[in-house]
Amino acid sequence: MKLSLNFVKDYVDLDESLTVHQIAEDMTRVGNEYDSAEKLINATNLVIGKVLTCEMHPDSDHLHVCTVDIGTEVLHIVCGAPNVAKGQKVIVAKAGAELPDGTIKKGMIRGQESNGMICALFELGIDKKFLSEEDKTGIHVLPDDAPVGKDPVEYMKLNDDVIDFDLTANRGDLLSILGMAYELGAIYDKKVKDIDLSHKESGEDLNKSFKLNVNTPNCSLFLARKVENVEIKESPEFIRHRLIASGIRPINVVVDISNYVMLECGQPLHFYDADRLNGVLEVRQANKNEKLTTLDENERTLDETDLVISNGKESIGLAGVMGGLSTEVENTTKNIIIESAIFDSVMVRKTSKKILRSEASNRFEKGIDPNRTYMAIERACHLLEKYAGGTVRTGRCEYNKADLSDRKISVEYSQINDLLGTEIPKNEVLSVFRKLGFTAKDSGKAADVTVPRRRLDISIPEDLIEEVSRIYGVDNIEGKLPVVPMKRGSRNNTLREIRRKMVNLGLNETLTYVLINDKEVHKYTYDEFEELRLQDPMTEERNVLRYSLIPSLVKTYEYNKAHYNKDVSIFEIGKGFFKKGEVYGENTKLCALMAGEYFNSLNSEQKVDFYVIKGVAEEILDYLGYSSRYSFVKPKKEIKEFHPYQVAEISVNNDVCGIVGKLHPNEMKEDVYILEINLDKLLDKKTGKMSFKEISKFPEVNKDLSVVVDKSVSSSDLEKEIKNAGGKLFLGSRIFDVYEGERLGKDKKSIAVSLSFGTLDRTLTDEEVNEIMNKIVERLEKSLKAELRK
Amino acid sequence: MEELIKKIQQDAEKKISEIKDIKELQELKVKILGKKSELSEALKNLKDLSQEERPKIGALVNTARTKLEEKITEMEEKFARKNLEEKLEKEAIDITLPSKKIRRGSEHPLNRVIEEIEDLFTSMGYDVVEGPELETDEFCFERLNLPEGHPARDMQDSFYITDKYLLRTQTSAVQARTMVANEEKSPIRIITLGKTYRREDDATHSHQFNQIEGLVIDRKETKISLADLKGTLEVFMRKMLGDKTELRFRPSYFPFTEPSYEVDVTCFKCGGKGCSLCKQTGWIEVLGSGMVHPNVLKMNGYDPDKYAGFAFGTGIDRLAMFKYGITDMRYLYTNDIKFLKQFDRMDK
Repeated sequence: MKLSLNFVKDYVDLDESLTVHQIAEDMTRVGNEYDSAEKLINATNLVIGKVLTCEMHPDSDHLHVCTVDIGTEVLHIVCGAPNVAKGQKVIVAKAGAELPDGTIKKGMIRGQESNGMICALFELGIDKKFLSEEDKTGIHVLPDDAPVGKDPVEYMKLNDDVIDFDLTANRGDLLSILGMAYELGAIYDKKVKDIDLSHKESGEDLNKSFKLNVNTPNCSLFLARKVENVEIKESPEFIRHRLIASGIRPINVVVDISNYVMLECGQPLHFYDADRLNGVLEVRQANKNEKLTTLDENERTLDETDLVISNGKESIGLAGVMGGLSTEVENTTKNIIIESAIFDSVMVRKTSKKILRSEASNRFEKGIDPNRTYMAIERACHLLEKYAGGTVRTGRCEYNKADLSDRKISVEYSQINDLLGTEIPKNEVLSVFRKLGFTAKDSGKAADVTVPRRRLDISIPEDLIEEVSRIYGVDNIEGKLPVVPMKRGSRNNTLREIRRKMVNLGLNETLTYVLINDKEVHKYTYDEFEELRLQDPMTEERNVLRYSLIPSLVKTYEYNKAHYNKDVSIFEIGKGFFKKGEVYGENTKLCALMAGEYFNSLNSEQKVDFYVIKGVAEEILDYLGYSSRYSFVKPKKEIKEFHPYQVAEISVNNDVCGIVGKLHPNEMKEDVYILEINLDKLLDKKTGKMSFKEISKFPEVNKDLSVVVDKSVSSSDLEKEIKNAGGKLFLGSRIFDVYEGERLGKDKKSIAVSLSFGTLDRTLTDEEVNEIMNKIVERLEKSLKAELRK
Repeated sequence: MEELIKKIQQDAEKKISEIKDIKELQELKVKILGKKSELSEALKNLKDLSQEERPKIGALVNTARTKLEEKITEMEEKFARKNLEEKLEKEAIDITLPSKKIRRGSEHPLNRVIEEIEDLFTSMGYDVVEGPELETDEFCFERLNLPEGHPARDMQDSFYITDKYLLRTQTSAVQARTMVANEEKSPIRIITLGKTYRREDDATHSHQFNQIEGLVIDRKETKISLADLKGTLEVFMRKMLGDKTELRFRPSYFPFTEPSYEVDVTCFKCGGKGCSLCKQTGWIEVLGSGMVHPNVLKMNGYDPDKYAGFAFGTGIDRLAMFKYGITDMRYLYTNDIKFLKQFDRMDK
């Protein structure tokens, strides 16, 4: 809402000493933010001049050389405007003038001296959309009576200040000059002045010749009046300039008055050409597929959720949103019907979102005080009579189901002070309500407040408490900490621990976007799920929710590769989303991507390979307490984005919880390794408590064993068999060498394992250990067809 | 005889002192002290001596032997020392060569800030709770006093999946979830942090960002007030932005609180003098807050006649940017390794 200070000063006195910035800041303190606060015309050093001579520039086909009398002197000015002419009164920017586009300097233009500029209005900062055709293309010509040497801005009554407010959604009342006047009145303790609604009436009562039919519950109040013999002409200057200051384009006096009244009262009006109606206005829901051509000459297709105005036969306007073309006020219009009505805010909101959000629809959406509906129609009659030469017809057609009464709310003083944490005395509370223009009576413990209907946002005691805090001043409330029982706050530490562990393993944490492209969403998994698609994505690049974090990290890798980072070890903990059947859900997942060198120091380096990332996976699983509960197994189904022979599923308690593997070369030409664990699934599985195990005081016995097996035998199979055969005295095994070579024969490999044995109460004898070793070898020979390597 | 032993000793001592390396010394040791040595021979010959001479000469031989043994040991130690010194010298290295780098990862700056906030509030007795990012309209809007068609609710801002499900636009959804989940309707003191999503993307807004939300509800006798909210946010903002930070509460409007306030802090770039970041006002808007709206209490099972409380929320991204002097919001989500690696140390 752009507030013209000249406009609002009609209704509330503001001290001359108050600057526009001070007013804007004071409004901010009570809750009304602003985007800008400045003069309407931001230009200095302007003066009214008279063009004495005007000749073509000798070296140009469009420039003019003029002499201009500015009262104190005669200036030599080169002017490029096509409409400049001898005898005109014009706006002159003297040398040194600051205009929105720069400073005016003395100079030579193609050999001719130029000591100023003759100005167009747009050069003073008025948007071209507000200007007449002549003013859009040329300098502004002032009336002949304009006093030479005086300030043109003051003469044109453009010496206004404008604050552009960014209002909150609840303060529909501030979308009016009157509302603003009450707000400023509360801040500066000034009374709001009355608005002039007076006008004469003549002729037969309108109700005899005109009917209102409201056939919908979505219109609570509808008033109509007729004004005859209006003259369509340009509005008075103050109306035009106040509209411009408020951001509305002046058109003609009739249209301008409807906008002017909307600005004053906050009630949008609609004017119909009375001679193009059939003596009736109807409000109803639109029919399905009903067509209507609106003012902007677009044909609209409507449905039952749209509210229309009709002439009894066909729709002639979209209620609260836009009028129809067929009954528009034109230059030939003589008699008008004024509509002042209230339409359902939700319905207007829906229709306007489809069609156009306008000054009118915005006000209907935020809600309108029905008293203003009455006020606005009378104000329009007053102005039409005064400025458009109209005659107001006797009588007003009315349909009224609205509640016009003021609200009565009681609020206890203790309630106010308890909620604000203050000790504001009674009289100060009562004074706040008085400043706001409310009536408040003291009933001992409480203030009984009558809140005028215009404050639609106030309905409960808490709303009044907010008013007290606004006007009393939140700055006057001292902050303190709540007095509550002491306790230690709780939090789930697991994710933080996992993040720390990953960081300690040398990975950099990332945060990536959850929204990805639908081509990516089913990749890197064989899981079946329905992707979650946005109804209204911002770009097709991001139109679905990710299921896995892998696409996000792959993108991050590609970004880094393009930015000369080839050693990338990153991870993220985030959500993956899915729909299975009718269930919508999300899982917390840990994902890591590793590529390039894991570390590289003098004479030693470790490139990332399958075993490095598998090591990361094991570190996490062990750290979380799952050691000996997990295994790495071949995936149940092929996943085409992974290398078919360098991929494993992480199975915990025989349930797949994650995947680790290398990306398929078709997918990524560099060697890139991926780990992803579904943490929700993993952390659901119980782990034992961390507890101490007795340490043997006797030495362990270590034995190495080297066997030749088929290549297809996995080392984990081998270790499993060893464990099974090892019995109670077997402590553990560690594979320390794997060898493949021609000497062993094709399809064979040798695996060397170091085994350890021991017990708590004694040193094992050679015989005992040899006996177990024999058992183990026997077992390996039998179940894995292993041969002992000598 | 006496003469002979003395000579043997003298000769041996001389030889020992002339020895050049450990190997020669070992050979000499055998020669001097071995079974076939002159001393051993001398002992063997004792039996040929008279009764009186025998003990005298025996003692003499043993003394010589002990002396020589000592000498040899001394020499052996000398050689060992020398050997070790030589070995150590050979092991000399350039101590300025680079170390074996053990890889050090880093936490994302946003998560660092999240942890800092969590630690601050848990120390004040707040529980950290979590909620889903894929939210229902009911918890994201309806239960927060934002019924359908409300002007403060705009489809343009939300990413809807279906008419019912959307990506949460605010962590406030967790407020409602916490109140509903608390079956005893006991006092609540929580914060919740996490990702939120809005349908906007420009130089200062990312469609995905992070918020923190706080909620305190207690019985009315406890008198949780706006002053308490103010004090709490002062502690919060001063912890994050420095002790000199001032707060300005501006009345505002949020459907889930009444009264509602927006909170500005002194501009973190210029300290309140006025600059381009704060549009010359000296203030930067950072928080939304207010006293929990009675309708919100009621809708989520708390009797507004018996309970009251406050709530607040703010974006974390901008706090992180300020804290670490990050100049462009895009750095937070492009995850350039060169960016991420800068956050790999302890922060004071």
